[in-house]
Amino acid sequence: MKMMIEDSFLEEILNITLLSLKVSGSAVLIGSLIGVPIGMILGLGRFRGKQSFMRFIDVTLRSFVNTFMGLPPVVVGLVVYLLLTSLGPFGPLRLLYTPTAMIITQLMMVVPIITGVTMSAVGSVEKAIREKALSLGATDGQAAWMVLREARMGVLTAITVAFGAAVSEVGGIMITGGNIRWVTRTLTTAVVVEVELGNFALAISLGVILLSMAFAINLALTIIQLKGARW
Amino acid sequence: MVKVSFHIEARNLCKEYSGKKALTNVSFGVKRGEIFALIGPNGAGKTTLLRILDLLEAPSSGTVWIEETQLDYSSRDRQTLRRRIGMVFQQTVLFNMSVFDNVAYSLKVRGVNKKIVGKKVKSMLELVQLRSFEHRNALALSGGEAQRVALAQALVAEPELLLLDEPTANLDPRNVSIVEEVLSHVNREDKTTMVMATHNMVQAENIAHRVAVLNEGKIEKIGEFQEIFEKPSRFLADFARLENVFSGVSRASAEGTSIIDVGNGLQVEAAFKKVGNVTFYVCPEDIILSIRPLVSSARNAFEGRIVQISDLGSVVKLKVRAGKDFIVQITKRSFNEMALNVDSKVFLAFKASQVQTI
Repeated sequence: MKMMIEDSFLEEILNITLLSLKVSGSAVLIGSLIGVPIGMILGLGRFRGKQSFMRFIDVTLRSFVNTFMGLPPVVVGLVVYLLLTSLGPFGPLRLLYTPTAMIITQLMMVVPIITGVTMSAVGSVEKAIREKALSLGATDGQAAWMVLREARMGVLTAITVAFGAAVSEVGGIMITGGNIRWVTRTLTTAVVVEVELGNFALAISLGVILLSMAFAINLALTIIQLKGARW
Repeated sequence: MVKVSFHIEARNLCKEYSGKKALTNVSFGVKRGEIFALIGPNGAGKTTLLRILDLLEAPSSGTVWIEETQLDYSSRDRQTLRRRIGMVFQQTVLFNMSVFDNVAYSLKVRGVNKKIVGKKVKSMLELVQLRSFEHRNALALSGGEAQRVALAQALVAEPELLLLDEPTANLDPRNVSIVEEVLSHVNREDKTTMVMATHNMVQAENIAHRVAVLNEGKIEKIGEFQEIFEKPSRFLADFARLENVFSGVSRASAEGTSIIDVGNGLQVEAAFKKVGNVTFYVCPEDIILSIRPLVSSARNAFEGRIVQISDLGSVVKLKVRAGKDFIVQITKRSFNEMALNVDSKVFLAFKASQVQTI
């Protein structure tokens, strides 16, 4: 009897952990595909041309990115909830309280983070590297490519930061996922529930798993950064 | 009319940054194979000028010519002209890749065949004495090594014109001499024309064929080093790092010379006649240093102790405390023969005629 409880207990913890990884991992993966190119374009200052219209777009986009980098997850959750609720515009898609809804929520959070950090990473090396490459005879295109190459560690940082923010986020996915056991319960939302129920042992073990996961991923990325000086 | 006799020529260059004038009517020409030094204090406009010559920045007005071609700053094809020019920046920027790949970059962007790239990069690394460094990451190098890589990057594509922005600022003497050697070698062997910004007067004197003095965005003087620095102005003394500059009160002596009291009980005799407050200098090369007192015609003789030694390769600079601090330059050989060390007791002597007013 005791074995069975332990088995299902472990199984649930595994389910919760994998869902956390799946939701945050997917959000960061998709977010990178969107945010990294936008961040690179903004960082390269390609809009900073002579035309005032392009400059306007550049300034507007930058301000947007910077504002949304600090967006409170609960606000994002609320907005996504209103969009997906059965009376909302995307209601018919029946996505509310599914992992997809949670991915969408976290995606909206991580895209500005990835874009912003990539933008500043590219921007910080942009002038020196571009001019250096140009002076060595590179074309504008070759110089831009070199800037991106030199900013690669910054891009990795952007992705790390975004994953850290996503996996520890709780307010947004609580609203759009609903914290349904076996379906949309993640490490963070589970901790909230278990604390409310007084199951501190479980809450603590979930917290430890969350911390270990964050540590493992940061460790891996740090190793890549140290080794990455060579590629 | 285009003057074909110049390799690169600037005509009436002006550059303004939001109303602030960085360059005003700068005109000069550099002949093929010539080393031309731009000297001036920080903020004089040296870097701006070099950036304009390298097409990194457009002048507000004025033109730059490379032989009969006028630089077109709005052209989409600036790299074609830029590929005839090499540039070494004051702030060393290297790419996060191996030393070999860093140097190879200039050739790769030009689409040079891989085999030739390998050969050229290796011989270039040989020249800057970094042959064994080719597999190291460039970001792990010391400042001097990094600047030598930067020099190799610029030189490997064999530019006909090399722009250098304070190439040896902040380098130790050994690296300075390697860089200077490479520059002399390239200028001699490949007849590379060079425009070099520097505020190192010794370097300008040793390497450059001609010198332009740039101050507040204007060229003040242009010509050979000797003719410009025969009579340095106060402004020149300030940035030229004239050493042994002293001020004091001068009075006429019975012999028709001047005795200048510079404080700390130190009196310097000068051949000029001037009364009142004066500022003067003595060239470090003009001071004779000995380990015993000299009986000589030199009117100025002081006893002091060495407080600092800097090895500049073939010569050694010593700071000697003799009431005031004097900088003395002697050859490495004399330095070794006299077995000098910090705190060695030494005697300084220089003639009254070697005391120059500013």
